[in-house]
Amino acid sequence: MSDRRLHVADVSKQFGPTRALAGVTLSVAPGEVHAVVGENGAGKSTLMKILSGACEPDSGEIFLDGARYRPKNPLDARRHGVAMVYQELSLAPHLTVAENILLGAEPATLGVVRRAERDGLARQALDQLDRPDIPLDAVARDLPVAVQQVVEIARSLAQSSARVLILDEPTSSLAEDDVRRLFAAIRRLRERGLSVIYISHVLEEVHALADRLTVLRDGATVGTGRVADMPAGDIVRLMAGRQLDELFPRSPHVPGDVIVEFDGVAGLSKPDAASLALRRGEVVGIGGLVGAGRTELLRALFGLDPVRRGTIRVATWTGWATPRRRLDQGVGLVSEDRKGEGLAMGMSIADNVTLSKLAGLGPGPVVSPARQQRAAARWIERLRIRCRDGAQRVSDLSGGNQQKVALARLLHHDADVYLLDEPTRGIDVGSKADIYGLIDGLALAGKAVLLVSSYLPELVGVCDRVSVMHRGRLGPARPARDVTEHSVLMEAIGQA
Amino acid sequence: MSAAVRQRLMPWLARNSWVGPLVALLVLYGVFALLVPDTFPTAGNVRTMIRQTTVVGIAALGMTLVVILGGIDLSVGSTVALATVVIAYLLQAGAAPLPAALGGVVLAAACGAFNGILITSLRVMPFIVTLGAMGIIRGAAKGLAHEQKIDAPVTWLNNLIAELPAGSRWQLLPPGVWLLILLAAAVAALPHYTRFGRHIFAVGSNEQTARLCGVHVSGVKVAVYVIAAALAGIAGIMQFSRLTVGDPTVATGLELDVIAAVVIGGGTLTGGEGSILGSIVGAMLMTEIKTGGTHLGLSNWVQEIITGVIIIVAVALDRLRHRRAGT
Repeated sequence: MSDRRLHVADVSKQFGPTRALAGVTLSVAPGEVHAVVGENGAGKSTLMKILSGACEPDSGEIFLDGARYRPKNPLDARRHGVAMVYQELSLAPHLTVAENILLGAEPATLGVVRRAERDGLARQALDQLDRPDIPLDAVARDLPVAVQQVVEIARSLAQSSARVLILDEPTSSLAEDDVRRLFAAIRRLRERGLSVIYISHVLEEVHALADRLTVLRDGATVGTGRVADMPAGDIVRLMAGRQLDELFPRSPHVPGDVIVEFDGVAGLSKPDAASLALRRGEVVGIGGLVGAGRTELLRALFGLDPVRRGTIRVATWTGWATPRRRLDQGVGLVSEDRKGEGLAMGMSIADNVTLSKLAGLGPGPVVSPARQQRAAARWIERLRIRCRDGAQRVSDLSGGNQQKVALARLLHHDADVYLLDEPTRGIDVGSKADIYGLIDGLALAGKAVLLVSSYLPELVGVCDRVSVMHRGRLGPARPARDVTEHSVLMEAIGQA
Repeated sequence: MSAAVRQRLMPWLARNSWVGPLVALLVLYGVFALLVPDTFPTAGNVRTMIRQTTVVGIAALGMTLVVILGGIDLSVGSTVALATVVIAYLLQAGAAPLPAALGGVVLAAACGAFNGILITSLRVMPFIVTLGAMGIIRGAAKGLAHEQKIDAPVTWLNNLIAELPAGSRWQLLPPGVWLLILLAAAVAALPHYTRFGRHIFAVGSNEQTARLCGVHVSGVKVAVYVIAAALAGIAGIMQFSRLTVGDPTVATGLELDVIAAVVIGGGTLTGGEGSILGSIVGAMLMTEIKTGGTHLGLSNWVQEIITGVIIIVAVALDRLRHRRAGT
């Protein structure tokens, strides 16, 4: 069975009352990049957990090169040559690149590491990925995320005679250029006969990289085939049962008064010069590469970062202000870093939604938990947040639903200006559509939205005007009808 | 247990971390009552145990807030000692009991402000700052007392946690214990029912998020350390009441008992979690083991080992509870 490196036959898995997988079938050939797509909750992560040995299936069979494959734990899976690179980086931040790559598999004599040999093995693994430029003695935490990702992949190559490499959303925190290098590395691995399972939300990536794909919905395989034969519209329909053009609802927006105006704003290192007038009732997008200074601009506007130069005016207030003052002025920010900054993961949905505006939930300094829950319940219903109730911890929710909680906080706060930093990154298509609908509704209600996004169709599809940032400089905001994905990209890399 | 019951019970247990320690407290009570039926399960003994929990209990109220905040305060024992010295000093100088006691609390609160301001302005970890403060405050107490015990005139302060005299049995418990109960009720309501309290949880859960939501993070931190130290000062009043002198060497290692009580009660040192009721139960549990051990005739060292084991088991069970609940 040389055409089937990995064959998953009708696998099911139940967690308590929840049916996570209900008959998944999947075949991957050697030297094939196979994409697995599906909305959050479709069963992708459960399937990957089973393949990587983190949990066992209830029924169904898995075959690896024709032999029955049932890993007892992740180590066992690695021994069989199935390696998983997780979405959350799992490097030891204080160790060097070489130490990380061979962590737990160091060549040693009587417990003393043979350093030269270790470095050689680490170098070999990095060479396979065409990244000889990464220094072996660099400490992991000093490296950019993109490089850490490569080190992570190198680790799975060095530690096992890998037959199947599973990548879970590997590009979610990478810039365009790093994505290209990663793809080149994956293609090299494919040429060497490795099977790659590639999980992604980004259909463009799937088309650029994968040979075949499998679509999961509600825990079951709903479609599989050659990527070349499946246009994006078909894939989205399979994933969500909805059309691609329904993703971007567009109502005619009527711009009102200027509510935020900034001129020549410069942060500590970035941005360098950013000017814009944002009106009520419009959505302005900011495109550009990761690292161009877009996040820093939003943080400076919101008062999280200092401003070195330039003026900021919000309604009638002029000058820099703390986040507390900005919130009082009706400005809200959704952070790109959901886990680190955006949400208090250990706290409940109700706590997260009401945190910036606890006043009014009881007399004086008192906060009534019942009123907190009622406030949350309203937004859970309005935004269709999938959860048990408002008391559930945010960490239990899927990425899309977490993002809705972060947005619900601004809605509860009744903000006038929404600074949204990559609000749809790493979330499923259904939630994306919900959030686009919400942004459209905000503009209709006379709110102003400033949307930072690296997802080009979103910039072009959702915004009224689009501005592109390149190396800390914000370009002019052009009407959406005058920009294309291509023109945004060219401007982002400084070729406009 | 049916699946439906489990699904409701487990999240409830995860949210109410005091349940486990309370069950342990009651079960151990039953065990000791069976083993030493003559002396242990008497009303007098229960009152004694409650009285002996007062100092740790009051200090644990403040420590719980600090732990929810994601901090720690190692200077609690030293603060208690300083408070006893200040109270005795003021009484000796002719102050009335109430101003003397308040003086102790105010100076303790100042120690908290010192900790809080250093932690927020120098951005040094609370463990380090309060470790330093532990030495500084202990040294200051010794200096103030010229390395001696300070005798103080006898006042009503000495009766706060003493066994009630025959004529006042209608009060049920001595005034110091009532104060503990009142303070516990007030401090327990604070984190859950006030804006300030939710901000404490938010800072402990994710400081960045709290800042993003407009919470004045430094202000919340300083306030919590001040409140915790003031409560340590009140614990100092109780300690003074028991000693009847100001003693700069008293309460050495008290901070560890206090932290143990908080941790048994469900506090995690990473912040965002902690329960006032749980901490009180944790403090009671430790007193119960000591008292029960004494009644059984166990040596001191055996009691210490048992207490140590209980701390580890309690925290291990707590982790398990969280995993079961899927949180």
